[in-house]
Amino acid sequence: MGEKLSFEYAPAPESRALVSIKPKYGHFIGGKFVAGSKHFPTINPATEEVLSQIARGGKSDVDAAVKAARKAYTTTWSKMSGKERGKYLFRIARIMQERSREFAVLETLDNGKPIRESRDVDVPLSAAHFFYHAGWADKLEYAGLGTTPKAHGVAGQIIPWNFPLLMLAWKVAPALAAGNTVVLKPAETTSLTALLFAEVCQQAELPAGVVNIVTGDGSTGALIVNHPGIDKIAFTGSTEVGKIIARAVAPTNKSVTLELGGKAANIIFEDAAIDESVEGIVNGIFFNQGHVCCAGSRLILQESIADEVLEKLKNRMAKIRVGDPMDKNTDLGAINSKEQLLKIRELTAAGDSEGAERWSAPCDLPGKGFWFAPTIFTGVTQAHRIAREEIFGPVLSVLTFRTPQEGIDKANNTPFGLSAGIWSEKGSKVLWASQQLRAGVIWANTFNKFDPTSPFGGYKESGWGREGGRHGLSAYLKGVSHE
Amino acid sequence: MSNRIDVKKTYKLFINGAFPRTESGRTYEVKSAKGVFIANPCLASRKDLKDAVVAARAAQHGWNKATAYNKGQILYRLAEMLEGRRTQFVDEIVTVTEVSKAKAEKEVTDSVDRLVWYAGWSDKISSLSGALNPVAGPYYNFTIPESMGVIAAIAPETPSLLGLIDSIAPIIVGGNTVIVLASTKAPLSAMSFAEVIATSDVPAGVINILTGKKDEITPWMASHMDIDGLDISGLGGKKHAEVKSAGTENLKRIYSFKNADPGRILAFMENKTVWHPIGL
Repeated sequence: MGEKLSFEYAPAPESRALVSIKPKYGHFIGGKFVAGSKHFPTINPATEEVLSQIARGGKSDVDAAVKAARKAYTTTWSKMSGKERGKYLFRIARIMQERSREFAVLETLDNGKPIRESRDVDVPLSAAHFFYHAGWADKLEYAGLGTTPKAHGVAGQIIPWNFPLLMLAWKVAPALAAGNTVVLKPAETTSLTALLFAEVCQQAELPAGVVNIVTGDGSTGALIVNHPGIDKIAFTGSTEVGKIIARAVAPTNKSVTLELGGKAANIIFEDAAIDESVEGIVNGIFFNQGHVCCAGSRLILQESIADEVLEKLKNRMAKIRVGDPMDKNTDLGAINSKEQLLKIRELTAAGDSEGAERWSAPCDLPGKGFWFAPTIFTGVTQAHRIAREEIFGPVLSVLTFRTPQEGIDKANNTPFGLSAGIWSEKGSKVLWASQQLRAGVIWANTFNKFDPTSPFGGYKESGWGREGGRHGLSAYLKGVSHE
Repeated sequence: MSNRIDVKKTYKLFINGAFPRTESGRTYEVKSAKGVFIANPCLASRKDLKDAVVAARAAQHGWNKATAYNKGQILYRLAEMLEGRRTQFVDEIVTVTEVSKAKAEKEVTDSVDRLVWYAGWSDKISSLSGALNPVAGPYYNFTIPESMGVIAAIAPETPSLLGLIDSIAPIIVGGNTVIVLASTKAPLSAMSFAEVIATSDVPAGVINILTGKKDEITPWMASHMDIDGLDISGLGGKKHAEVKSAGTENLKRIYSFKNADPGRILAFMENKTVWHPIGL
């Protein structure tokens, strides 16, 4: 350990010349950008540079957006054939592909994630989501919900800051394909790519009011959730806020889907391919700075291989390049906000005080911006806060087990149930473990893979419903027998 | 008419395959529509519900693990046992609700047929809702519906037998275990159906039946942290908001249904997606 790699990478910064950021933004309502009244700054979390001023949507903004969405639904979108609706979605997918570099740079500047990830994951997957759902628009009667499935009407959608554009795509694409119109609120700290997406809607000549974007904070989100003119709520975010939304919507007829938190187990059995598993562990927890609801944040290691895996893991972690997200060689970018950094610090301090052992990869963190070195805790017990609570940062809690059943029991010992990882070279054991794990997405000998055709979503307190595939589409259609 | 004094049945709860009285010692009086005394069934308590949840949780893993073929045969066996005791169920429905014998017979017939219908779904539901997902990469990726866990259900007041079947069968055919609150006014069908269950190779704890008051038991069900889902079809619409709100603490899946269809089975199943790389 401690031995430095013998060669270094020269900086390979991506150019930001491609993007033009306005000094101030309003909302996108009824097909037009309209001025906001109050504003707050959005910053680059890697430098703390103020990028722009974002409008804080209030009651009149949300009212106007819902009104525009209702009008578009009633007069245009619900009357258009699925075939024509689909063509708009195909157009959007194509324009996103054309402007993909611009989206990637803007996403990285506003979010802090490495350009390699925004370029190779967020943006191409976002375009793929629109392309996939575009093809559903004229095939809804084959979605398994009867011959005449109907849209809900106006969907209110609230998305998080960890995958700003991708979460927009996960929400907007199925909603539009199913025939709904939307009022979307991006996260407070990451509104810029949603506002660029509004330009894409204009370029695609999407009818006015089909997509409306109101920026703001939690108070704006609450206005959407509680708005009587909205028929369906879709939220991705924390379990805590998800429960507040579920409670708010309980007395209404609104349909709800929730993609919430997780504390995924990544189980490494003794017959796993060790080197591949180490890559999988790193990808599981350090992808996107660990700002991933399905992150493999609990490493559940079989005792017989624990020492070997941990040594290799630490070696590998020492080679993670932390720093400038705009550098194409960067693996781990900035923590999205000061608030999130403080939360990570608070939970890791609890890890120390509760008796777990901390190890952080040796790395130079930039002086400005929000940073947290890749970190693991060993000697973690199931009662520790760092084994129970979602940290949402580059922090891995390591637990061990002796028998496969003990590994499964530890993995399932959580109120969450979003995802889980399994590493073993034995097929029957992989399938056995995938049956035993109480989670909506199981990655076996891989981790953090996403695809528009593949339903994603959680068991238990990780949420209601799925996104992606036919199952995800059904969340935007009426026709199911239950209410 | 013979002068023989007939032997009346004591109606008790059905928890973990046994017929206990309520631990609370409370009962209530069931009368026919014309006011004639019929029975003193148990007024189940919160502790009875907790006991039933413990039994249902313990039974869930094994029931879920049973093959679809096996589960289908056990549901079919319920239909066989019910068919064989038609007269008893018809008599009880007539006694309590004072409907015509023809109407009661139709309800029992429908109940038997409904059980057979649900039995057949056990090995078909995953082909209805499962999928092989063509992801853009070298991965084998599939989605299958899985049991949700422990589900509670409020059976409708009427029809007391057919409503009970709809409150039990779709839940267990998906691999869940169930705690069902029977019709308050007409609980006899439910308590006699427990005898059908007890003779149908249904493992202990898979189906648990309580009798009592909806207003009392429903909030306990809604707030219980080890109940994963709740079928409130038997609860008046005005109460739905309150129950749904109480259920948010563990994000319980709470639904009501109007019809018997596969959606009713799938509502209490979770979709699991599994990825595995393809390669040498």
